[in-house]
Amino acid sequence: MRVPILKQSQYVIASIQSALSDEDLLQLRDDLVHHVGRYRSRGVIVDVTVLDVMDSFAVRTLRAIAHMIRLRGAETVIVGIQPEVAFAMVQLGLTLEDVTTALDLEEGLAYLDRQAVAGGTHVK
Amino acid sequence: MSTEIRTRSAEPGPVQADGTAALLRELVAHLRKNRTQLREEWARRITESKLLTAMTREEIFAEATSVYDNYVEVLETGSVEALQAYARNLSERIIPRGVETHEVLGIVLLLRDVLARSLFKKYQADFALLNAVLDAYEPAANRIANTVAVGFVQERERIIRQQQEAIRELSTPVLQVRDRLLILPIIGVIDPQRARQLTEQLLRGIRANRAKVVVVDITGVPSVDATVANHLVQTVDASRLMGANVIVTGLSSEIAQTLVTIGVDLSKINAVGDLQGGIEEAERLLGYTVTMPEPPPKEKKE
Repeated sequence: MRVPILKQSQYVIASIQSALSDEDLLQLRDDLVHHVGRYRSRGVIVDVTVLDVMDSFAVRTLRAIAHMIRLRGAETVIVGIQPEVAFAMVQLGLTLEDVTTALDLEEGLAYLDRQAVAGGTHVK
Repeated sequence: MSTEIRTRSAEPGPVQADGTAALLRELVAHLRKNRTQLREEWARRITESKLLTAMTREEIFAEATSVYDNYVEVLETGSVEALQAYARNLSERIIPRGVETHEVLGIVLLLRDVLARSLFKKYQADFALLNAVLDAYEPAANRIANTVAVGFVQERERIIRQQQEAIRELSTPVLQVRDRLLILPIIGVIDPQRARQLTEQLLRGIRANRAKVVVVDITGVPSVDATVANHLVQTVDASRLMGANVIVTGLSSEIAQTLVTIGVDLSKINAVGDLQGGIEEAERLLGYTVTMPEPPPKEKKE
């Protein structure tokens, strides 16, 4: 199932609706990298609230997405990792170290807004 | 009746089992007849041996009566179920009063002695019959002692398990001190199981309270080993995945030394000296500023 990608002002939001196959994940990656350029977005939010399992491939892909988006000049926030998933990931050593995470969509948007403000002052 | 038993028990073979049953019946009749006297003797011996010091004389006598009657019943029926139930019940009542295992076992063995003595006295004239009676009596008496002791120990273990459960439940509160700020005070030794439970509770707490910052205070933790330290690091990582910052406070100098010595990677842990400092740091991260209210203007004296 293809992940719907929504544009919300300066951000794009990928809202995962069901468990994803490896192909779906790669499709999501390609779509996001493409959309960031097309919408000239400053931030990307990937909402994984519905995922109750995250394997190493999924984590690696999320990380790749974050790195690619950074190269495209935007920032990625992964939101909605469930407690059980978080614990399992850490035990497997999948800590997503250089990727920003937030509790839920609202928090993720708040984080990106703060970054935008900080970035704006920086330009001045 | 006793003469008849003597002739029977002298014969070997299948009659023997019958003879044992008959002997036990006679034994029970003897114990019933001398109930008052033997019971008193037993209670006296208990007091003399300084057993059950946590209980009053009257209580000891009352319990002794029940145990005695149960004892005789087991000898009579050969079924220990009623005694088992009674032993459990007795243990439930006396364990909270600090009665020890050796005391319980001691009084049952005393009863066994008292009854054996009375048998010696009764059958002293006839050694063969005494032997036969003891053959019947001793296995049954041993089984009773065993049942009571096992019942007592099982009850104790059940209570210990229950209390461990209770301590575990009580010892891991996740508290909200400000909007989006949680504290997790850990007190006592952390074993791997508890560490796991702490993490689970913390992660659930983060989601339930939408926490952004968590202060984990380990002032009350006496020591930390490599497993627990790694678990702490994992907790910090997992919390971060859920979008919360973790501040660890109250690392004692011993724990700090241990952690450095065993080489745990602490670069990811944000440590602050004490709980107060941790909360202040958390408030700073959340953008709170705490100010004292303005002192009321002094009244001018005219």
